[in-house]
Amino acid sequence: MKDHDYKKIGLKAGLEIHQQLNTTSKLFCSSPAELKDTKDATYEFYRYLRPSKSELGEIDRAAMEEGIGTRRFTYKAYASTGLVENDDEPPMEMNLEALKIALQIALLLHMQPFEQVHTMRKLVIDGSNTSGFQRTALLAVDGQVSLRSGPVKIDTLSVEEEAAQIVDKDVYSLDRLGIPLVELGTAPDLKTPKMVKELALTIGTILRACTVKRGLGTIRQDINISIVGGVRVEIKGVQALELVEDIVRFEVSRQLNLLKIRDELQARGARVGNPIEVTSIFTRTGSKILKKKRVWGVLLTGFANLVGKEIQPGRRLGSEFADRAKKKSVAGIFHTDELPRFGISSKEKDALLQFLEAEERDAAVILADESAKTCVEAISAVIERAREAIEGVPEETRRALDDGSSEYLRPLPGAARMYPETDVSPIPLPKEVIEHVKLHLPEKLEDRTERYKRDFFLNDELAHQIARSENNRLFEQVMSLWREKDSDITKDETKDAATLVVRTLEGVIAELKRDGVPIDRLKRKHILDVFQLVRCKTISKEGVPGVLRLLTECDTKTADEAAIELGFVMLSERELKTIVDEVVQSQLDFIKARGMGAIGPLMGVVMKQVRGKTDGRLVNEVLQAKVLSVLQ
Amino acid sequence: MPKMDDIGHGDHVKVVKDGKEFFGVLMPSATTYVVIKLGSGYNVGFAPEGLKISLVEKAAPVTANRLPRPMRPELPRLSIISTGGTIASKIDYRTGAVTSQFDADDIIDAIPGLAEIANIEGMVLYNILSENMQPELWSELALCVYNQVRAGAYGVLVTHGTDTLGYSAAALSFMLQVPVPVMLVGSQRSADRPSSDNVVNATCAAVAATSDLAGVFTVMHEDASDDTCLVHLGTRTKKMHTSRRDAFRSVNAEPVARVKYQDRSLQFLTDRIGRGGCELSVRPNIEPKCALIKFFPGADPNIMNFYLTQGYKGLVIEGTGLGHVTSEWVPHVKETTEAIPVVMTSQCVYGTVCDRVYDTGRDLLKAGIIEGDDMLSETALVKLMWVLGQTSDREEIRQLMKTNIAGEITVDESRTWRTFEELP
Repeated sequence: MKDHDYKKIGLKAGLEIHQQLNTTSKLFCSSPAELKDTKDATYEFYRYLRPSKSELGEIDRAAMEEGIGTRRFTYKAYASTGLVENDDEPPMEMNLEALKIALQIALLLHMQPFEQVHTMRKLVIDGSNTSGFQRTALLAVDGQVSLRSGPVKIDTLSVEEEAAQIVDKDVYSLDRLGIPLVELGTAPDLKTPKMVKELALTIGTILRACTVKRGLGTIRQDINISIVGGVRVEIKGVQALELVEDIVRFEVSRQLNLLKIRDELQARGARVGNPIEVTSIFTRTGSKILKKKRVWGVLLTGFANLVGKEIQPGRRLGSEFADRAKKKSVAGIFHTDELPRFGISSKEKDALLQFLEAEERDAAVILADESAKTCVEAISAVIERAREAIEGVPEETRRALDDGSSEYLRPLPGAARMYPETDVSPIPLPKEVIEHVKLHLPEKLEDRTERYKRDFFLNDELAHQIARSENNRLFEQVMSLWREKDSDITKDETKDAATLVVRTLEGVIAELKRDGVPIDRLKRKHILDVFQLVRCKTISKEGVPGVLRLLTECDTKTADEAAIELGFVMLSERELKTIVDEVVQSQLDFIKARGMGAIGPLMGVVMKQVRGKTDGRLVNEVLQAKVLSVLQ
Repeated sequence: MPKMDDIGHGDHVKVVKDGKEFFGVLMPSATTYVVIKLGSGYNVGFAPEGLKISLVEKAAPVTANRLPRPMRPELPRLSIISTGGTIASKIDYRTGAVTSQFDADDIIDAIPGLAEIANIEGMVLYNILSENMQPELWSELALCVYNQVRAGAYGVLVTHGTDTLGYSAAALSFMLQVPVPVMLVGSQRSADRPSSDNVVNATCAAVAATSDLAGVFTVMHEDASDDTCLVHLGTRTKKMHTSRRDAFRSVNAEPVARVKYQDRSLQFLTDRIGRGGCELSVRPNIEPKCALIKFFPGADPNIMNFYLTQGYKGLVIEGTGLGHVTSEWVPHVKETTEAIPVVMTSQCVYGTVCDRVYDTGRDLLKAGIIEGDDMLSETALVKLMWVLGQTSDREEIRQLMKTNIAGEITVDESRTWRTFEELP
């Protein structure tokens, strides 16, 4: 796909990142900040949400679309869920562990924290917060990050509560509600898709240096995009970094194509009709979707071949109509640009067009449902979108899809409805506190990688891998203990040890997990002990996976016991010498005949007797020494 | 503090601190920090040292528009009396101020479902936090309810703070004989939040207030969900949790009815007096100088004497178990009962007082104590205040305390006799 001239188009993009923090408990209560499996839910309860009117009697347009007051939300709760999550108790004061991490992130981004942090209630009535609002506090502003193309401003950093996880339509799970989040917002300063990706990567690296949660869903990225002549559109839920450039590119294409469609529609004097019932045309249809349902449609004057026009790879203007209709609970739509197809015959298509008195330059949209009421609501939504198509690009919040395109999610919300959370005290952040945090900022990833290369002689790849891993602290602990016990360890030995530890923590343990081994039963002590066994040459490095696996089966066993049980305990040098002596003694003639050439075959004999309980290199050394001494 | 002569809350200001400028609306602050609301809606605080603040624009006055509401002749007339519980709130997002709304129009704006159930007429009697309630105000409230019913109200809703809702409900239950339902209702979660229980509670209360029922009741959530509310006898209601929606429970009795929010249906759970089942009357006199004493190991019996010296006219002791205090108290109790009536209830909350079982109890009976049967301590206190407002005759007082007036005591109706002579 040919890339656009972004400068000419006047692309303005901004990034909004939500990152979960890795604290012990949630932001405003003492429940554990952990995700659960919904099958572990112990009870559920049901609520309605209604926003209070503001002084001026306004209600947010997004709120209206949510269907205030009549949607019954189901909340699934767990043994660990408390009354604060249920909105049956006032919140605790803000979790200072979370605030500290947020402050560290702010300072790493060169932002200015406010001197007093106020927690606000931000109205959210889609059901994802039991109280009907999200607690959020603005912590810092005016930061900056350096990209290859120059600096980018980081506008705001807020600390806020994570929302409840949606499980099904109007069903939420409370495990995620209240986990601390940091929300970062940039100014719409990004001018190309590459810049957007680079910024996401750069910020991601800084975030991972701090105590943040890792794994799928712990970071969410939203991109807002506008072009000259278009409007600001927010695309939510960009998961994979690899998709970022495509998402920006495809959205620009979508807006440009919609503007082209607008121009064409206006040139044709296009108009949108009224809802009409057309059930009678499809009484004998072969379409499973239309059969035995009420069918409603609308005439779109001047829309011929535009509804079916591709605006993004795999998506057409008709897809936008379908998105709106689906919000009103119909399965989808059909439009005449794509018919006859899907079981709808050309006879039926012609009958439809004739019924609507359509001309060659016109198109029609139909949809079906058991309820006429639903049909009318859905076709009205299509009508609204069709009218917007004649105007240009509608302002929307959209959802990112896996192929880089996007679909309609909801209208762009109005200004956030916020008012003070008076149950939580404002938090002073005097200069001394900021200075203290500045002195103890987490190590940057690049710095840690270099440190690992320097101190442990790891190669670039392994150093990079363990530096960015959640296991980095464990790695350092193992190595520190290793060196403590082995004070005259050489450079090569350090490198071997470090390599083994990294490969075990990042490779072996992951493989065991894939094999279904319950590796979360492994305690820190187990891991430290296993590496001690390797250091003392009690087991060989090949024995490590087996010992770890056995320890997961019975966590009261020690690493020593596991090694013995598995028969992995290596021979001591004395035991090895005894075996080598025996073998050599029994093969004296052979040795005298072959000289040093006897070592090769004798290695095989010894190794067989040793049964893997020793390092091949050591066997070779001992055997060589013995053979040499015999030959002399 | 920076110079802020001409600047008030709600004004648009410019703030300069450490060379940085911020624009926003000046907010009230509980500390020395200066707080402004930024354009994004967030409030942020600045230490006053080195802060410069200047006015950009004065706050614009706010005009709210109100749509006229037509009366529907087919619907009954419900009177809403507000005492200060927040059943409705409005938020001014510009300043963050939350104001409680009390007149009928505001309440219907907040709870539109009410207009489908009845024609609402509202009045504000007080605007107080319920922990500031006083016995004298109960009398005023009772008179107000009486007047509304006399003027033809089909039912009455009283909005009330939850902290002392039980006390007020008990007081009204004794003071009023009403042939229509009187429902006390509040919200555990403040009405400004979208999750507030105000809508469900008030709607269910309105359903109950227009049903075939007579007397004084409380209506609150049945459980954590928004599906149902329970109607509790006014004399049997206790707030059993500091914050949960379902804090209110019927104690030593079953709830009278269950109301389903979704379909506005009401199902009676016990016997009750139907609409019109009594004559309307009010007896608002009350003796506020009564006290409730919670007994505990080592409690000083001189507390009773203290109350006597302060001119108190009646005491309720919340004893332990079946209605006990230490035997060391007994002589002091005897002295006290010679002057004023003393009623015994139990800290156990559930169950009935029975002093005939153990020695101490029997001694307390001999000392003149009046067993409070299975009344809640709070209800017993309120009842004593009311009884002492009706009579000062000790024998009448004892009779009335032992008589079931408004469902506060479980009495076996078939046991109309107390002596052989009275047997049929």
